[in-house]
Amino acid sequence: MTKTSSPSDATHDRNTIISVRHLRKTFTNSAGIDVTVLDSVSFDVARGETLVIMGGSGCGKSTLLNCLIGEYELDLGEIHFQTKDLIAPKNLTTMSADEKNTLRKRFGILFQSGALFNSLTVGENVALPLSEHSSVKPEVIDMIVALKLQLVHMLPHRDKMPSQLSGGQKKRAGLARATAMDPEILFYDEPSAGLDPVTSTAIDELMMDLSKKLAVTSIVVTHEMDSAFRIADRIVMLEKGRVLKIGTRQEYEVLRDAAPATLTTYEDQLMNQFLNGYNIGPLTNADGLSEFEKLITG
Amino acid sequence: MSETPSANSNRPPSLAVRTVSSIGELAEHRINKAHDSVSSVGGIILLLAQTLSWSWRSVFESGVRLRKKAIIEQMVRIGVESIAIVMIVQVFIGCILALQIAPTLEKYGQIGKVADIVAIAIVRELGPMLTAIVLSGFAGASIAAEIAAMVESEEVKALRAHALDPIHFLIVPRFWASVFMIVGLAVIANVVGMCGGLLTAWGVLDIAPSAYLDATQQALVLPDLITGLFKAAVFGGLVAMIACYEGLNVRGGAAGVGRATTVTVVKSIVAIIGTDAVFTAIFFTLGW
Ligand SMILES: Nc1ncnc2c1ncn2[C@@H]1O[C@H](COP(=O)(O)OP(=O)(O)O)[C@@H](O)[C@H]1O
Ligand SMILES: [Mg+2]
Repeated sequence: MTKTSSPSDATHDRNTIISVRHLRKTFTNSAGIDVTVLDSVSFDVARGETLVIMGGSGCGKSTLLNCLIGEYELDLGEIHFQTKDLIAPKNLTTMSADEKNTLRKRFGILFQSGALFNSLTVGENVALPLSEHSSVKPEVIDMIVALKLQLVHMLPHRDKMPSQLSGGQKKRAGLARATAMDPEILFYDEPSAGLDPVTSTAIDELMMDLSKKLAVTSIVVTHEMDSAFRIADRIVMLEKGRVLKIGTRQEYEVLRDAAPATLTTYEDQLMNQFLNGYNIGPLTNADGLSEFEKLITG
Repeated sequence: MSETPSANSNRPPSLAVRTVSSIGELAEHRINKAHDSVSSVGGIILLLAQTLSWSWRSVFESGVRLRKKAIIEQMVRIGVESIAIVMIVQVFIGCILALQIAPTLEKYGQIGKVADIVAIAIVRELGPMLTAIVLSGFAGASIAAEIAAMVESEEVKALRAHALDPIHFLIVPRFWASVFMIVGLAVIANVVGMCGGLLTAWGVLDIAPSAYLDATQQALVLPDLITGLFKAAVFGGLVAMIACYEGLNVRGGAAGVGRATTVTVVKSIVAIIGTDAVFTAIFFTLGW
């Protein structure tokens, strides 16, 4: 297990599956001004763990996820992957398109909306990565699809179109598709956003179940504390594009349950406010509730 | 120093200042727009290059699939969407041409030449061009809306995340379907347009259908048909590329999807007519 923050030491620990160093991402907004959305972000992900990336809305969680899956080019920094097929860690930012695609076949990604292909049935959605990337016989693909759908309790909905599914069902189908290729790393973008508490808990249970059954590394982006505390082994807390704290779930629980008056550092107070959703604290200053409101609304 | 800005803001700027600044704004707006169009032409050319490269690879590289099924599905969709309107438009075009040209020909005692003029105008020009314009309004707009919606719902991102290239997967089938289908549609358009001319000549101008058909056959030569269909194929590719480009580059949610479709139709029509002018000039020079 690795703790980060001492940069420049690209750890070649076999136990580290992803290592992010000095990541910076800048966007040019509509007014032509460069906005740095992520700055000096460094952390490691251990093989098999569930790492939650948490933070208020607009702090750069989705951007970070997009950087990790190779969707965005970085302005600065490196992301090293050490999947099982690689002998030494490989830097995502210097990979060729083919190398990137090889790596992506080791990923499963659950997008915020499920991102099912709307022109295909649920079953066809799950079958697509298999039929595109393997020469497996159609009958075998059918069996794998049934298995994956069974894992997420979606087998009865196999022949439905995505438009006929509820939000929770879409996510479960998306999860079945994400696991179709037996990935080593599962990425989740706001898995419980837009779901009622019961469905959201069911998705959390499912994620933990899958993580155990498939022995995958999970990286979960969320702003929902309840969910984070249920599923996380470790939590990376982002604030305004910077890493505020990296710690185990237990460390976070201690911070959450502390009385605000007993905390001495600014970071601890800020974390305490965020984790409890208090409306008084360093996050909400003189300018009133607006920051806080922005923070708590997805 | 701190007084100056507030003093300024109290007094409205003079007419001259306002004029100059609004001209400046207008110029800036124009330049931005011009810059936009230039970058979108560049983007469309790049997309075409990628589409052709993926097409080449899927035909000649064993590991890359040629999506025949997807091409056929798209052809059916494009054909079904456009065929009825193409036929209706062309019948009317045939009628209009015959009626417009008849008085002039009558004056020179050449009323029999109606068939020649209708045939050449439709086969060389109006068949392909109007088919392409109808195609841009139906297939182009719906391709743009479809791709834009796929971008907005993260489907395109999901494709990339599954190591599937959206150009190979989405754009190549739509491009070739559009190219193949428009040629078929243009052939139908030609036939229907000439039928419109024939019916009008028969009903209004008292020209016997057999005479009309004879004249049509005499007037048309192979280059008429080939140049016309060649242009149609190019227009079909253009419409598909513009639609896919606008769809892939959508911004701003549902409103963006709407904008992508409108922009596709407008850009397609300008591109079709502009390209038509260039090709017609080339064919004219070559004597085809
Ligand atoms: N493509 C983009 N272009 C410009 N700005 C962006 C883009 N994507 C995100 N941003 C900005 O980056 C910041 C972080 O966004 P995001 O990563 O989506 O936050 P989160 O997922 O934590 O809510 C926001 O202020 C957002 O406006
Ligand atoms: Mg987000």
